[in-house]
Amino acid sequence: MEEQKTSRRKFLNFIIGGGLLGWVASVVYPIFSYLIPPKVPEAVVNSIKAGSVADFPSNSGKIVKFGRKPVLLIRTDTGEFLAFTATCTHLDCIVQYRQDIKQIWCACHNGIYDLNGRNVSGPPPKPLDEYKVNIVNDEIVIINELG
Amino acid sequence: MKKFNTAILFSTVLFLLININFVIADIPALLLQEDHCVSCHSELEILPEDFQDYDSHLQIGLSCSGCHGGDPTSEDPEKAMSPKAGFIGVPSTKAIPKLCGKCHSNIDFMRTYQPRIPTDQVQQYFTSVHGKQLLKGDEKVAECASCHTAHAIASAKDARSSVYALNVPNTCKKCHSDADYMKGYHIPTDQYEKFARSVHGKDLLEKSDTGAPACNDCHGNHGAAPPGVESVAHVCGNCHVNNMNYFEASSMAEPFANLDIHACEQCHGHHDVEKTTDDMVGVGENSVCTQCHSTGDAGYQAAKEMHQSISEFVNDYNQAEAQLKDVQQKGMDDVDILYLLQEAHQTLIHTRTLVHTFSPDKISEKTSEGVKKTSEAMDLAKKEIRDYHVRRRGFGIATLFITVLVVALFFKIRGMERNQKKQS
Amino acid sequence: MKTMVKNLYGWLDERFDLSPLIDFMSKKNVPVHRHMIWYYMGGVTLFLFIVQVMSGILLLFYYKPGADSAYESMRFILTKVNFGWLIRSIHSWSANLMVFFAFVHMFSTYFTKAYQKPREMTWVTGFLLLALALGFGFSGYLLPWNELAFFATKVGTDIVGALPLIGKPIMAVLRGGEDVTGATLTRFYAFHVAMLPAVFTVLLGLHLVFIQRQGMSEPEELARLPEDQKKWMPFFPNFVLRDAFLWLVVLNVLLFLAVFYPWDLGFKADAFAPAPAGIRPEWYFMFMFQTLKFLPGHILFVEGELVGILFFGIAGIAWMFVPFWDIRAKSTSKFNPMVIIGLISLIFIIVMTIVGYLM
Repeated sequence: MEEQKTSRRKFLNFIIGGGLLGWVASVVYPIFSYLIPPKVPEAVVNSIKAGSVADFPSNSGKIVKFGRKPVLLIRTDTGEFLAFTATCTHLDCIVQYRQDIKQIWCACHNGIYDLNGRNVSGPPPKPLDEYKVNIVNDEIVIINELG
Repeated sequence: MKKFNTAILFSTVLFLLININFVIADIPALLLQEDHCVSCHSELEILPEDFQDYDSHLQIGLSCSGCHGGDPTSEDPEKAMSPKAGFIGVPSTKAIPKLCGKCHSNIDFMRTYQPRIPTDQVQQYFTSVHGKQLLKGDEKVAECASCHTAHAIASAKDARSSVYALNVPNTCKKCHSDADYMKGYHIPTDQYEKFARSVHGKDLLEKSDTGAPACNDCHGNHGAAPPGVESVAHVCGNCHVNNMNYFEASSMAEPFANLDIHACEQCHGHHDVEKTTDDMVGVGENSVCTQCHSTGDAGYQAAKEMHQSISEFVNDYNQAEAQLKDVQQKGMDDVDILYLLQEAHQTLIHTRTLVHTFSPDKISEKTSEGVKKTSEAMDLAKKEIRDYHVRRRGFGIATLFITVLVVALFFKIRGMERNQKKQS
Repeated sequence: MKTMVKNLYGWLDERFDLSPLIDFMSKKNVPVHRHMIWYYMGGVTLFLFIVQVMSGILLLFYYKPGADSAYESMRFILTKVNFGWLIRSIHSWSANLMVFFAFVHMFSTYFTKAYQKPREMTWVTGFLLLALALGFGFSGYLLPWNELAFFATKVGTDIVGALPLIGKPIMAVLRGGEDVTGATLTRFYAFHVAMLPAVFTVLLGLHLVFIQRQGMSEPEELARLPEDQKKWMPFFPNFVLRDAFLWLVVLNVLLFLAVFYPWDLGFKADAFAPAPAGIRPEWYFMFMFQTLKFLPGHILFVEGELVGILFFGIAGIAWMFVPFWDIRAKSTSKFNPMVIIGLISLIFIIVMTIVGYLM
């Protein structure tokens, strides 16, 4: 009888020990996992990196992801970098940089914006919002200065 | 003496009181005061029906006499409106273009007011259907005042103007939708009705999008004429550039021109351009291709293939959108998925534009691109939904451990207290 | 294993003379009676506080205070950080549960008259702890910088501003300016992660030391019994194990809430947008909020809102000093004034909270 009791007690202690270990693991694992920095190490707030200057030819443009919005990054033929929202102010199509006319063009209804973002031809009613571009150590950084 | 002085004082005060508005009126009114045409006619309340004080001519000082002639400085109607003073009364319909043209076709005169203003309106007008008819003696057609009004003229950029983009359809409609008025011309009178139903009409009239075309954007302003066969594509192509370029480079451009078929209009209509659907391409019920093509010919085959590619892509896109909604409903992260779908949507728009190349290869090239994006979006969505379930499973496991611990603790406590009771 | 522990204990005892302390602790007993369940409420509150500190510290690793970054960093935690969603929802739920259990603990000690001599200071520190917990809730609520939080803070601090003379200056100090701005966020962050934890820890330390020194209070019926009829339970290990048992269950409930009813992120605060419909404070402020809403514009010559604020202020202070004005009823009379006052307060709070949500 006593043996049964001690073995039962030993079993119970074993379960408690095991359960405790398992519980501790299920608490510690998420905490450790949480502390490991994610791929993008911090909240993308106001700026993003858009690649190296060397990889960006003059008189060209490309669409870059800024949070959930597309941004048009342009390098003019004088080497200067410009960035604008890529969503057309007419009916929300995505605009592009035209190397031939050296202006921003919307293919949907032939809207044209100049390199100041101003709507100069076609249906677009408003200019494109501009972003600031900084070059830091040969890396292109696009900054949203709007509040 | 006293009575006389009082009388003078009294009448001076009375005079001033009556004419007090002369002292406090604004400048244009002051100027008008010198112009007896306006002052008499407004006093007698016989100003023209459409008289507005924002009229551009009035605003710059060209009053009634500027067009009608006569002497505005005279208060005497006989002298003011005498033919000797140049009074011509209400000009006849036929004479109006020339009358307006006296100034508006004279660049030397016009540039003193607006250096960049065009001066070819009258010239253009006489090339238009309206102008040609007028020369033939038709007094029912539109002349300058019909569209611009006579006494409420304003710049086309001014929202009050009868020729402001949003108001143009209404202005044209006055004649062109009046079936009785248009009797004898043998042209339809349902253009406004059709236009109001169309994509362009809805954008212009309901959404006030001045980027949408009004009547004059396709028909021209002063040289108004329906666009001819070759010009239709160019007219539409003013905004729909890629559609025009693709079409002109396609295999359909020549046959259309040879058969005298109006390019865009054939499939899309003109006044009643409706929102396009993917069913318009292909061999189904609502297809426009089957208007000419039938089973067996190359065009029929091409139409079928194009419709197939597009349908597959659209299907994938819709699936991805449904997954996105699921993700959002589950409260998981949708930002990257939304971005991908935005890109995919842009590709879809491009695909639909590429239809005008009538090349199944170009279409499938684009749809493959698009399907890649929608697949990526769906993979992301699936991952989010998987995470959603993983969380719940994780909770289950944690609960399991806790339950084991709790049950074991329960027995431990019970056993321990039993022992303690025995010992006491 | 056992010898290892024994050796460790010996090593420490040599240096710190732990034996008297251990002796004292091993003699601690807890009265056993049918209303024992209330003894655990303080412990549960303490457990939830520990959860708050741990989850709060973890959130600190990724949260960025500031009008331009707070919301975005919250979004980042919820979407990109491993288990970030879990830590955040645990923190939000545990905050609410902690306040709830603090109220339960407070009312249970009230109704069992545990505040009576010699435990007056335990009650006072406890009351202050409750007030601080509400302060934690109010300051923490703003930190995600979402619409609802922004406007709730605006309304809440506006109420403070209604006090005569001192109201506006206090409001300005709370807000870090005239209006609720990024400066308010910075300030609330300082309150929430530094000032309040420091004060809370000191008071909590005192509160716990008092309890350990004085032991659990006995309810009246038990106190009246002869010694040999009283039942006791050792604090170590019995009561502690039972505490652990309950804490595990509470943890599980907390996890369930965090996983199946995750906390919203909402929309980013926009000072220029009109207030969204349905702003209301968190449930633990609701009863006061609703009372203020019910008061008429003016009572005699005083503004209704002000009367309400003063009423709650005075009621709060009175409540803090309960042990000092405690009305001892004759054991024969049926009507116990303290119980009646307590019941009225409790029912008032519950009813006003419910009404606040129904309206």
